[in-house]
Amino acid sequence: MSELFWWVFASIAIGCGIGTITSRSPVASLMFLVVAFFSLSAIYVLLGAHFIAVVQVIVYAGAILVLFLFVIMLLNLGHDYRSDLRSGGWILTGFGAAGLIGYFVSRSFGGVPALMQGDPPAFEAAVAERNIIGAIAFPMYQDYIVPFELVGLLLLVAIVGAVIMAKRRI
Amino acid sequence: MVTPTLVLAVILFGLGVAGVVFRRNAIILFLCVELMLNAVNLAFVALSRVWGIEGQVFVFFVMTVAAAEAAVGLALIIAIFRHRESVDAMDFNLLRW
Repeated sequence: MSELFWWVFASIAIGCGIGTITSRSPVASLMFLVVAFFSLSAIYVLLGAHFIAVVQVIVYAGAILVLFLFVIMLLNLGHDYRSDLRSGGWILTGFGAAGLIGYFVSRSFGGVPALMQGDPPAFEAAVAERNIIGAIAFPMYQDYIVPFELVGLLLLVAIVGAVIMAKRRI
Repeated sequence: MVTPTLVLAVILFGLGVAGVVFRRNAIILFLCVELMLNAVNLAFVALSRVWGIEGQVFVFFVMTVAAAEAAVGLALIIAIFRHRESVDAMDFNLLRW
């Protein structure tokens, strides 16, 4: 049953990803991306990462994409339906780059079976000891406290930079 | 279910790359960057099934960086739109020589 749901949500995610990069209106593109993020959140649930799924819906679909929607409305871009594809050279470069990435990724999947031989009981043990939120919070505030503080600093810098750039005449 | 999820992450990342390369609308370009970051998150979550819970911690860091990137990027788009009256990436040639 969960396999079936996985395939359903994976195909929704891929379809909406294609919709995101092909639709002409930015608003339609954004709505496709919202649906793709919701189905990714469902896939997180199927993988047992319930807290990440909730954060995905609240932070990504609820905050970041709404920020994009505000900017689209602010700039009044919703009715610009001209095709905006780049010219031939760029498309060839894009296909080349995507093919190269796909080639290296598929080769590394074939060549590194050690990637899949980790420590499978570690996840279940951590979740069983504390709950799913505690299992994430414990390493975050113990082992990764310095990256955590640095990320807070990064957010502060981003806020200040965004305010300065949006206010001042450049 | 880990290997198909990794393949799905690769496909979504490829779609994001294709969008960034093909499209010229700057806002859609940023949306495709978000799609790529989500593909990376998906790979982290899938591998956290195999390697332990740390992968999900890193998903938080990626989300924070994505939020910072969206805020700064959208502020840049607004600043350039005031200047140029356009969000076409081909018009953003302030730093081009």
